[in-house]
Amino acid sequence: MPDPLIRMRGITKRFPGVIALDGVDFTLQPGEVHALMGENGAGKSTLVKVLTGAEAFEEGKIFLGGSDTPIVNHSPQEAQTRGISTVYQEVNLCPNLSVAENLFVGRQPRRLAFVRWGEIRRRARSIMADIGVGIDVEKPLESYSIAVQQMVAIGRAIDMAAQVLILDEPTSSLNESEVRTLFELVRRLKGQGLGIVFITHFLEQVYEVCDRITVLRNGRLAGEYAIETLPRKDLVAAMLGRAFDDLAEIRVAGAAPTATTVPTVSARGLGVHGGVKPFDLNIYPGEVYGLAGLLGSGRTEVARAVYGADSHDTGTLAVKGKPIACSPRDSLKAGLAFCPESRKDEGCVAELTVRENIVLAEQTKRGAFRLIPRDEQEAIAGKYADLLQIKTASLETPIKQLSGGNQQKVILARWLATQPDFLILDEPTRGIDIGTKTEIQKLCVQLAAAGMSVLFISSEIDEMLRTCGRIGVMRDLAKVGELSGDELSSSAVMAQIAGGRHDEA
Amino acid sequence: MTRLRALTRHRLFFPLVCLLLVLLLNVVVTVATTGSPGPFFQISLTNGALNGPLVTILNRSSELVILAVGMTIVVSCSAGTDISVGAVMALSGAVSIWLLGFGELKDNGYHVESYVVPYAVGLLAAVAVGALCGAWNGFLVSKLKIQPMVATLVLYTGGRGIAKVVADGQIDKVDVASYKWLGNFIQDADGHNLMPIPTAIFIAAAVVAVTAVVLRRTALGMNIQAVGINNKASRLVGLRSNRIVLVAYIFCGACAAIAGIIATSRIGGIDANNCGKMLELDAILAVALGGNSLAGGKFSLSGSVIGAVTIQALTTVLYSINVSADQLPLFKAIAVIVIVVLQSPDLKPLLQRAGGVFRRLALSAKRAGGPA
Amino acid sequence: MMRASKPWQGLKANFYGNNFLVLITVVLFIAIYVAGVFIYRDKNFGSLNSFFDMLNSNPGLIIIAAGMTMVLISGGIDISVGSQVAMYCMMFAYFMENRQANAYAMILIVLVTGVVFGLVQGALVAYLNIQPFIVTLAGMFFARGMTAMISPQTIDITNADFMALALRRIQVPFGGYVNAAGVYQTPFVYLSVVLALVGLLAVYAVMTWTRFGRNVYAVGGGEQSARLMGVDTKRTKLAVYTFNGFLTAFGGFLFCLFSTGGAVEKAQGFEMQAIASAVIGGALLTGGVGNVIGSFFGVLVQTTIVKFINFNGTLANGWSNIVLAVIMSFFIILQSVFAYVRRRRE
Repeated sequence: MPDPLIRMRGITKRFPGVIALDGVDFTLQPGEVHALMGENGAGKSTLVKVLTGAEAFEEGKIFLGGSDTPIVNHSPQEAQTRGISTVYQEVNLCPNLSVAENLFVGRQPRRLAFVRWGEIRRRARSIMADIGVGIDVEKPLESYSIAVQQMVAIGRAIDMAAQVLILDEPTSSLNESEVRTLFELVRRLKGQGLGIVFITHFLEQVYEVCDRITVLRNGRLAGEYAIETLPRKDLVAAMLGRAFDDLAEIRVAGAAPTATTVPTVSARGLGVHGGVKPFDLNIYPGEVYGLAGLLGSGRTEVARAVYGADSHDTGTLAVKGKPIACSPRDSLKAGLAFCPESRKDEGCVAELTVRENIVLAEQTKRGAFRLIPRDEQEAIAGKYADLLQIKTASLETPIKQLSGGNQQKVILARWLATQPDFLILDEPTRGIDIGTKTEIQKLCVQLAAAGMSVLFISSEIDEMLRTCGRIGVMRDLAKVGELSGDELSSSAVMAQIAGGRHDEA
Repeated sequence: MTRLRALTRHRLFFPLVCLLLVLLLNVVVTVATTGSPGPFFQISLTNGALNGPLVTILNRSSELVILAVGMTIVVSCSAGTDISVGAVMALSGAVSIWLLGFGELKDNGYHVESYVVPYAVGLLAAVAVGALCGAWNGFLVSKLKIQPMVATLVLYTGGRGIAKVVADGQIDKVDVASYKWLGNFIQDADGHNLMPIPTAIFIAAAVVAVTAVVLRRTALGMNIQAVGINNKASRLVGLRSNRIVLVAYIFCGACAAIAGIIATSRIGGIDANNCGKMLELDAILAVALGGNSLAGGKFSLSGSVIGAVTIQALTTVLYSINVSADQLPLFKAIAVIVIVVLQSPDLKPLLQRAGGVFRRLALSAKRAGGPA
Repeated sequence: MMRASKPWQGLKANFYGNNFLVLITVVLFIAIYVAGVFIYRDKNFGSLNSFFDMLNSNPGLIIIAAGMTMVLISGGIDISVGSQVAMYCMMFAYFMENRQANAYAMILIVLVTGVVFGLVQGALVAYLNIQPFIVTLAGMFFARGMTAMISPQTIDITNADFMALALRRIQVPFGGYVNAAGVYQTPFVYLSVVLALVGLLAVYAVMTWTRFGRNVYAVGGGEQSARLMGVDTKRTKLAVYTFNGFLTAFGGFLFCLFSTGGAVEKAQGFEMQAIASAVIGGALLTGGVGNVIGSFFGVLVQTTIVKFINFNGTLANGWSNIVLAVIMSFFIILQSVFAYVRRRRE
């Protein structure tokens, strides 16, 4: 057996307050495609960043090849000189330059001081031909699809003598045929003896192209498996874990919807071209409805389409039986509320104070010219700060100074302050401590008991089982099932999430 | 100690320190030239009008204050600057005079001797023209997503051109006494000043006050900042960011028109080539001096006002040491550079690195020089 | 295979590509010019003399628009160039006339001053991360004030060496016309125009065939990406502003050859003319896109419009600004439409 390309041993990395990696081992052999799996916050991107030098690490050693001298990369460029290249989901090339030029930025062949364009074009053609992508290398990169752009990035990585290729979620923006082309290329590179680390959320793809799987969970190694020995259901179990918890059962049996109840929100055939496939969804007053699925399965897209954050192309949406137009403003006025997944990008208004962040939505609902008096603003903000136990120096502290969990609570408070009939929570518990998680779960149940409808999205199945009366399951941008009552069990949900042809065992 | 730190962290601390420094400089220069600081603070009443350096500074800064108010809003919500305000001043002034002497301007040798339309109509027309220019800028920025500087470059170039065409390439004069009130003093028929304070100060104060009240009594202030800080989040809470940006530019255009009215009133006519020239840059500078980031977001209106007054105070002190109007920009430039370099977050690490290099150099020099 | 499957895809890519904007500019220029030739037949608009006149009066702008294009490609902006030109003109005028400096030594001094000016601006932009607009705004104020510091008076240049350079004509043996007095007018360009065109081609060569030039495009296209691909983005930005300082000084020299004098208010609004030329020539202020040759056509379009207004004789001079504004609106709206189409396709 040849020496492994990379051995990482006992890697530990701490962020303030969190252990991102806790003694993780990882081994990459030449000529293998190695999947790195795990849900959000499991530590896979941190592991890759440690390997490529984008992040420093505290403990552990990294060995290259058969050498016994540990190495440390201090920057992605340094990693590249050691033959480790990364291709990211967001293509890190210059869209304004031609394909050929992108392959040679910063390392153009020159004669005297002059760039040899002929040489660049010739070599670019041969690089792209080698990886089986016959495109016009003289056209600007931006005139090609993301898939081709990714191929170009791979071409650049390989031409810079990479032995290890890290593909970080390369397929999330590709369509099926593009994915096939990418996989052909991956297999070919594998045949040439490269080691490939493949990060993805799509189970199908893992089984299609990978040889080995390393699963991380909560910063720890959950296991390393050969692909044949790990049925899909077990993979899902390994990723999601049966997180031990001492939390009491907090679910209350929601009133079973009857045929005559008008759903708070009702979607018929709602779909987005190139996004989530048409789906039906009825959510009734007083229930917490869960949406399960792996990252990228379309659960966020459903939430966004229902709220009108993304416009839909097909289907209709009704709130309490009345059809509504599709925009955040209309949704807000109709009593909908949406806590988005990306707290930083779409939630926090960083420089505004906690108070302003909390009253923002309610103020907009009332109209800009009907200012909520200052004392009422303080009352509202104070009320929800107390209710959610937001830890902040004062209500006049800019939200950017708060911790992630408290920011999340502020955003939640913002929406609760509008007293919505329907509340969408997209990953409200991500990246926050366990105590806060439980509080938020309890709150969901309480709100539902008070008659509100809640759409709850989470990567943690146990969390959903605890809080939700019904769970819809998403896979590959489609709603594939719905479970309620006695059907609700983690194995049933996982089975639906896994789905697919590899369902034996 | 903590109170002191809280004070220095206050948004307005830096702008106020700048203003005080410049005023101090004024005092020092006054002492140097007259032997006592008295004359700088002297305010006299002659012919029913207040006079003195402090009054002059406030009076002369009026246009800039008004422009800075509009500019602050635009910078906050669109993270860009409106460089057309100087040209819009000229254009709205020209249109207003053209209307006041409608049809008779040319026959009278480009003098308006009596109003053809009521004075108020002329003023309203000026503001309307300014708002219209702002609407065009706002349309380009909010709907077509063109960077503010390029979008407003159109009117920067064309606005003055239209003003010249409207003024027929002449310097149009208005010989009606009331026309000069807004830029000077309100007078009775005999030329006696009815108000001891220059009218422009009132107008500037009114613009600042009305803007501040509107921003405080409605949610507009918060909404403008929210749009400037995080457009995506603002959209999700139901704010119509395009409309907010459009309104901000319209407001900025209207402010420019008001400043244009004052400027034309001061000289009793319109010189399309020189009215508001380079004032857009002073307005942007005032916003930056006021501690506002030109990258948008959080803003302080009072900061911008302080910035505008600071620029005028700096101008005054420089004039008093015989710096000519043409040389003035040199000192403004030095002030700008000092301020932005001190505000740069990259300065500290750079100095530390430079310090490290020096230490190492010194160390190696010592070693090299030591034993040998 | 991922070959573009439909033949029109390639065409479409080129259509929305940025060379298309340059093409529109060239076509626009030719259209305006041909229209002028027909409308002002009697005034010899179509003669080579008339065309050369446009070049003869704008050697400085040609170079400065090229430099501005480079800065815009890098994703920055430099609004100090107009004031810098005024400062360099004043340096020439004051030191040659009032201090009897040698003309050739002054050329060297001015060029070095330009490099230093650009170096300081570039260092502030690249290493202190201050917005280019603010840095060069200060540069603009500084240079204009410095001009007045050197001398508040208007000074005409009479220096023999300098005037010899300024008046040096290169004649062309064809394309002239016979004027009303019956004398044949030989078309000519000044030496400054030749220098400007050589400079233009040199900038084009640097941008096209050197690693520095390509790095400028890469930095403008995506600073983060460029850094990840191993481009020293800070040093590139520093070099851009420094090189532009040199070009501005060179452009200032050429401008001075044309205007032969120094005055505080010289080259007022020059920076905006340069930006307008670059934008008309297809440069995007967002960076990464632009073409030095395109900016040359931007200059030509602007000068043709001015010529039109002048030939007409009855129009107020404001009209040239208005027409220029209209043309600029046309171009930025076109760019915005292209950007929209591109977003839609993704």
